[in-house]
Amino acid sequence: MYKRVLQLVLIVFVAFTMLGASSPSARFGRLGHDLMCTCGCSQILLECNHVGCPNSTGEIADLHAQLDAGGTDAQVFKFFTVKYGPIALAEPVRGGFDTVAWIGPFAFLLLGIILILLLLRLWKARHARLAPAVEPATPDADALRDRIRNETEYGE
Amino acid sequence: MPFFGSVSLLLALALSVYTLFAGTLSLWAIANGRALAVAPERIRETARRAGIASFIAVTAAAFALVWSFFTNDFSVDYVLHHSSIALPGFYKFSSIWAGQEGSLLLWAWLLAAYGFVLRLRHKSDITLHAYASTILAGVQIFFLLLVTVVASPFAIVPGGVGPADGFGLNPLLQYAEMVIHPPMLYLGYVGFAVPFAFALGALMMRYPGEKWIAITRRWTMVAWLFLTCGIILGMHWAYAVLGWGGYWGWDPVENASLMPWLTGTAFLHSVMMQEKRGMMKGWNVWLIFTTFILTILGTLLTRSGLVSSVHAFAESDIGNWFVGFLVLVLAVCLFTYLYNRDHLKNENHLESLVSRESSFLFNNLVLLAACFTVLWGTLFPVLSEFVQGSKVTMGAPFYNRVAVPIGIFLLFLTGVGPLLAWRSTSLRAIRRNFVLPCIAIIVTTLVLIIAGVRPWSADTQAAGDVGSSIYALVCIALGVGVITAIAAEFLRGANVVHTQTGKNLFESTILLTRRNTRRYGGYLIHFGVVIMFIGLAGSAFNQSKEAEMSFGDSMNVGGYKVVCQSYSEDSNANYDSQFALLDVYHNGKLITRLAPERRVYFVNTDHAQPSTVVAIHSSLENDLYVVFEGTNPDNQKPIIKFFINPLVNWIWVGVVIVIFGTFIALVPPLKPATRRVEVPAPIVPDAALGGSLARGPLPLSAPENPHV
Repeated sequence: MYKRVLQLVLIVFVAFTMLGASSPSARFGRLGHDLMCTCGCSQILLECNHVGCPNSTGEIADLHAQLDAGGTDAQVFKFFTVKYGPIALAEPVRGGFDTVAWIGPFAFLLLGIILILLLLRLWKARHARLAPAVEPATPDADALRDRIRNETEYGE
Repeated sequence: MPFFGSVSLLLALALSVYTLFAGTLSLWAIANGRALAVAPERIRETARRAGIASFIAVTAAAFALVWSFFTNDFSVDYVLHHSSIALPGFYKFSSIWAGQEGSLLLWAWLLAAYGFVLRLRHKSDITLHAYASTILAGVQIFFLLLVTVVASPFAIVPGGVGPADGFGLNPLLQYAEMVIHPPMLYLGYVGFAVPFAFALGALMMRYPGEKWIAITRRWTMVAWLFLTCGIILGMHWAYAVLGWGGYWGWDPVENASLMPWLTGTAFLHSVMMQEKRGMMKGWNVWLIFTTFILTILGTLLTRSGLVSSVHAFAESDIGNWFVGFLVLVLAVCLFTYLYNRDHLKNENHLESLVSRESSFLFNNLVLLAACFTVLWGTLFPVLSEFVQGSKVTMGAPFYNRVAVPIGIFLLFLTGVGPLLAWRSTSLRAIRRNFVLPCIAIIVTTLVLIIAGVRPWSADTQAAGDVGSSIYALVCIALGVGVITAIAAEFLRGANVVHTQTGKNLFESTILLTRRNTRRYGGYLIHFGVVIMFIGLAGSAFNQSKEAEMSFGDSMNVGGYKVVCQSYSEDSNANYDSQFALLDVYHNGKLITRLAPERRVYFVNTDHAQPSTVVAIHSSLENDLYVVFEGTNPDNQKPIIKFFINPLVNWIWVGVVIVIFGTFIALVPPLKPATRRVEVPAPIVPDAALGGSLARGPLPLSAPENPHV
């Protein structure tokens, strides 16, 4: 059973790894959506809809040139960061302090979950100490409880 | 009129100051049993009346501004900068909140209006209302100070004589929804000041019991509803006006409206734990404090230019005032909480991880995590500049990666929470309640995969949308599961009513809802939210194409064939426009004619401004969204951009359901269930029922609050 689960995980992992492979036009589309138009319109590069925008045409040409030159994603991002500044990237992907941007929300969520679990443990311990022992609810008790609830309140 | 307006504002300020000081003095004397030269109760009453009078004074000031706009009084600087003779009357009215000074006046007026209603309805609890009224007066003073000292809407142009015509209204704001979007949003923002005032007041006076929650419940729901409508109207405005094909750009100002909505939603859920079981008292107080503080923070972000935003038309230098007010509010909240925290002791504690209380806790956590994510994403560029010396962009890709999984977790809890019982849920109940939703999820997933939603397919990989596709699949399947759970709850209740009354299932459902409006209204709200989530998931399958189209040219996009019939230009007093007439065919049949338009306002001036009027053909399946982007300068051919946006209409339909559900939840129940059903211990000899029944009444059978 354990081996089968491991095999499944490996297959899923390989499948997802292979998902990264894409055609040049798809790569252009993907990277173009990870870059910003720097004219101040706050729009994704490939979504900038200003005819005659002073920046997006040049940026798109730069993106084509970088892809034709065979640069990796990281090299393309580095080129844009150097030429247009970090605001040309639609998300912080330069490593270093940028990583904090990604960690923050998940750290908050994780901390919250740990806190709730700790709180629950504390409350349960306190409840067990203070309250007299209560026998656990049985299926029949639940059924009766549901029936009473339905027949009286139509709700909680 | 400007003079009348200024004097009215000063009068309103003086009355609010009196309300604050007289209210504080009388409440202090009453609380401490001190005698004053005049009976404290009489002083308290004068404070209430001064508060009511302040509403009349602010209304007079608002009227003065409306009058100035409609009479084209360009000697008023604000009117000069936001109106013109050619501006239609419809937009002259909405110009009132088109800029800084007018928006602040609108805020002050709405706050005064809320205060007016609160002070009129004071008889349900005179002392608590007096506390809330006094606190509201404190907030009101801040906004009146802004519009009298810092940003007066009645400032006169240098020299006192205005030019013959004004500069006009920002074209982006010349759209029907802009007439109601800002007031709705402000009604939501300002509305949260009322539950905040009640919560702070209840804590200050160490209000016994949970009655203050019952008093403020409707206020909170109304504020929440207005904020919801305001946010959605803003989304629709962005969709129909900005012309980039989307409805939510994660702009800091959009984020600013979302944050209090998230904490307000958390409060509306969490407060039920306090009502039902006397839990989470301190938490609830801080949730409503935070919600109010976030409304101020949102205004600070909008006004100060702290973060760059497309809402640049509202920026100014009054940020320091808001920072000061924010610090003051935080200090008052913190002091009051620390001074009275022993009053907020919980009466019960969480007993099981698998319980309604626990689901509310996780719901709160997820909503707060979402709020934190939005705040984090909004402020991180500032933090980055401070640490690294350069600003970074936190665009849609960041939020899609971080906020979407959190949103899906929230959707999951929306389905799970209502199916769990208070205190603890048995395994049997879980099995019974979750079987149908789980089947629905599995079936939907299979149907979607068969229909072509395959994240692993070559097409999806080529588009680079694997992540979005997976999220969409999960979101839609989960959404159908939640809808099934809600439907099963309705059906279960309706069957009981049907058994009791003999009415048919439809009538039974109506009766069931009317008997417990809060619960079933809540379910309808959840249903609406799920429909919205499904609509949002549709964005994973958006497509776009751009083409130069002259007469007779055609284009195939997303199952539609679009044929260009003509291209024309027009001119009127307010703007010049270029537009294309496009015939849209579906399955070989002409279904509509679209006219995407590009306007140029303030033609022949040095501040000519282009604007887009998008043409949309909507269906439940998708939107054909067409933008006239301009003309190619080389060959003068119109450039048209087409978007196929699936399921967008589901978002707007979902909102209508949310509004309907909220109205139902606000209506008092037809027949409150107040009976306590007790099961006498001796008549249950069956040992299988266990000790919990033998000991007497069941905990679930005692509704403390008839409205739950």
